[in-house]
Amino acid sequence: MSALAWGAVWGLAAGLVIALAALIGVWGERKVAGRIQMRIGPQELGPFGLLQTLSDTVKLVLKEDITPRAADVRVFRAAPLIVFAPIAMSFAVVPYAAGFVPLNTSVGLLFFMAVPAISVIGVLLAGWSSRNTYATIGGLRAAAQMISYELSRTLSILPFVLLAGSMRPLEVMDAWRWWWIPLTAIGFVVYLISSIAEVNRGPFDLPEAESELVAGYFADYSGIRWAIFMMAEYGGMVVAALFAAAFFFGGYLGLPGVLGPIALILKATAIVVLMIWVKWTFPRMRPDQLMKTAWKVLTPMALVQLVIVGAVIPWL
Amino acid sequence: MSVEIESRECVVRGDGGVVEQLVVNVGPSHPSTHGVCRVIVHLDGEVVTKAEPVIGYLHRGIEKMAENRTYLQVVPLTDRLDYVGSMYANWAYCRALERLAGIRVPERAEYLRVIVCEMQRIASHMMSLGSAAADSGAATMFIYAFDQRERIIELFEELCGARLTYNYVRPGGVSFDVPEGWVETALAFCRTHRAALTEMDRLYFGNVIARDRLKGVGVLSAADAVAWGASGPVARGSGVNFDLRKHDPYSVYPRFDFDVPTGSNGDCYDRARVRLFECYESCRILEQAIAQMEPGPFRTEGLPRLLAPRPGDAYDHIESARGSLGVYLVADGTPRPYRMKVRSPAFCNLALLPMLAEGHMLSDLVVILGSLDPVFGEVDR
Amino acid sequence: MNIPELRDHLCAIHPDLCPLFSIEFGDGVLSVPCEKLYDAAADLRELGFDRLGMVTAVDHGTEFEMVYRLHSRSMSAAIFLKCGVSRDEPRVRSLVDLWPAALWQEREAYDMFGIEFEGHPDLRRILLPEGWEGFPLRKDYCDDRVVRRPDYI
Repeated sequence: MSALAWGAVWGLAAGLVIALAALIGVWGERKVAGRIQMRIGPQELGPFGLLQTLSDTVKLVLKEDITPRAADVRVFRAAPLIVFAPIAMSFAVVPYAAGFVPLNTSVGLLFFMAVPAISVIGVLLAGWSSRNTYATIGGLRAAAQMISYELSRTLSILPFVLLAGSMRPLEVMDAWRWWWIPLTAIGFVVYLISSIAEVNRGPFDLPEAESELVAGYFADYSGIRWAIFMMAEYGGMVVAALFAAAFFFGGYLGLPGVLGPIALILKATAIVVLMIWVKWTFPRMRPDQLMKTAWKVLTPMALVQLVIVGAVIPWL
Repeated sequence: MSVEIESRECVVRGDGGVVEQLVVNVGPSHPSTHGVCRVIVHLDGEVVTKAEPVIGYLHRGIEKMAENRTYLQVVPLTDRLDYVGSMYANWAYCRALERLAGIRVPERAEYLRVIVCEMQRIASHMMSLGSAAADSGAATMFIYAFDQRERIIELFEELCGARLTYNYVRPGGVSFDVPEGWVETALAFCRTHRAALTEMDRLYFGNVIARDRLKGVGVLSAADAVAWGASGPVARGSGVNFDLRKHDPYSVYPRFDFDVPTGSNGDCYDRARVRLFECYESCRILEQAIAQMEPGPFRTEGLPRLLAPRPGDAYDHIESARGSLGVYLVADGTPRPYRMKVRSPAFCNLALLPMLAEGHMLSDLVVILGSLDPVFGEVDR
Repeated sequence: MNIPELRDHLCAIHPDLCPLFSIEFGDGVLSVPCEKLYDAAADLRELGFDRLGMVTAVDHGTEFEMVYRLHSRSMSAAIFLKCGVSRDEPRVRSLVDLWPAALWQEREAYDMFGIEFEGHPDLRRILLPEGWEGFPLRKDYCDDRVVRRPDYI
């Protein structure tokens, strides 16, 4: 089979996985948020309300796709895909099971850091092309925020490259030892916070701050295009959690056969729940506080982590 | 196809430089304007250089409508003023009318009025705290606060059949006596409410992000608070110890032992904290009022259906959740008010917004607006 | 401070204002000619009335009566300041210099009664939209949308 066909198959599979992850993610978020807020959450459609998000998706797909007259039409329509595609691509370098990673490239970790960063452009374009003041502010906020947090996020996973001596995901997993968990604890905190900021979720949801910017950069989107933005958000959250579960917590290691991937998914689920918990507990930060956190707290922390790991390596 | 954004303007700075500013139209339909407030915000980057509130979107001409109705028919209109705290406008109007017409109110009615108004204060502050927290992104605090509010609304529903527009305080008394078991439920509510307040205090005000968002934002000095006619928690947050329940005691308030919480910095944090502490004090008043209340008539019997006070004018005010709410009535001897003027605390407090918001960020603007706690039924009337 | 005490206090400090003071429905009222309104308000502010509570007007058919309510925290007392202004040329001096609280309240009085406040920095309509015709709280106000309630009481 040609490379193109393989690409199409993988793309379809990844699309389905992300759609499923987003469906379950939204349901899980509603349930967890409900618990936090003394509510029950969705319960009418399907067992435990599992089909609620499916019905919402159908509703969104059927809704009218509105393009504002003032918008820059081609850019406006392309923006959601530019946001979503890089997130979907980053699923390709997560080691799901022993010896299995969809894209076993020699720059896997770099790929994971670099490719999702492209979605910043989509967010900025979405905000800019809407020709809406709220969207413009939201897009600009998003660009500043995502670029700032990109740095600390990248720094926080560099320790693995140092420790394993490779950027190939499978080689990192082969070199993984349990004592990496305490060694990279600071890095995990930095990674978690930066990842939340990276996918624009509370308390870092300034670009879409509902109470200030209504919906920020996607204020003018509706229907399926809006849903693609939501999928990108949940997809980003899920892939960040999968990645953290694999590298910071050993992923599938230590368990035979199919139990390995299950362990990976359970670890990722725990991290996703943590992200949801944070979102529904904390108020939103202000743009200047957000920048201060990125540059004055997280980046130095990540550097300290790097120094610690660098100091340990000669004794290995 | 391209349409130029008209929302930009060039402004010459003090040093001669020219900056391009973004003009954002916040509202009248916006998630954090607490109703239908429109604020025209001039932004230099994220910083607000000028914020101009545009009000009147909920103006129904209640003062004009009152001139066309009998004195009793005006009471339901006052419900629609401050729809988060209908009891207050009911009571302020009734006090002005009772003063004008020389109506005496039985003691039990005064106690009932105090009880419902203190409960209303809790309900209104819960609304204010919850929505102010939601403005800063804390959705869970909003639900916690609304849970407490809901319990009071249910008590009111049991008392007078309405959840929002009570029409409960009437000239010469109140419309219903308390139903059986109501007092016990109210006391039980007080007990659980204190625990809930402590929990909310820890959940929201104990949070480092919330403190960073609220402290030092929208600082109002005590002198400005007095000069701008601010009242209620907005003035008290700045350290102005001014509460009509203490400083112009009306009804049976002198019989209760309670404190007036005040802030010291006059920022959003202090204004919100004052509201929280007032809820504790309202619980204290509520318990004392229930303990002191004795059986008796709850309204004056034999009042004419068609009140026609002698010509003259009267003003009376009460301390509502938002500040001193006054009603000025002019009578001309006919069964209809010649003129009714509502001195609305939210209107006066909202006038502070341009001053407070200047120099802060857009994110702070919604927090400041929330901390002023405007209710647009009352602002626009 | 109760009303008689307030009167004595006022008379001791400002004997010229004393004859203008009266008590109506338990409130102290100071009725002054409109030319002297600003000076009287300034005097009262000196006296300790630091809060301007309310600014409004009443249309008495022959003239507008301006009603100001001042409050003093230090004396815990309130006083009404009233003056009659002609309907043909309703014009009084703005109190914005004394209390910024007058900024919006005077705009409202202008909006509803058409009273011109001299020296007000920003006298525009506030509750009604720009371009509204007439001043609704005047007794002779009439437009097509006004519905009179039938006299069934």
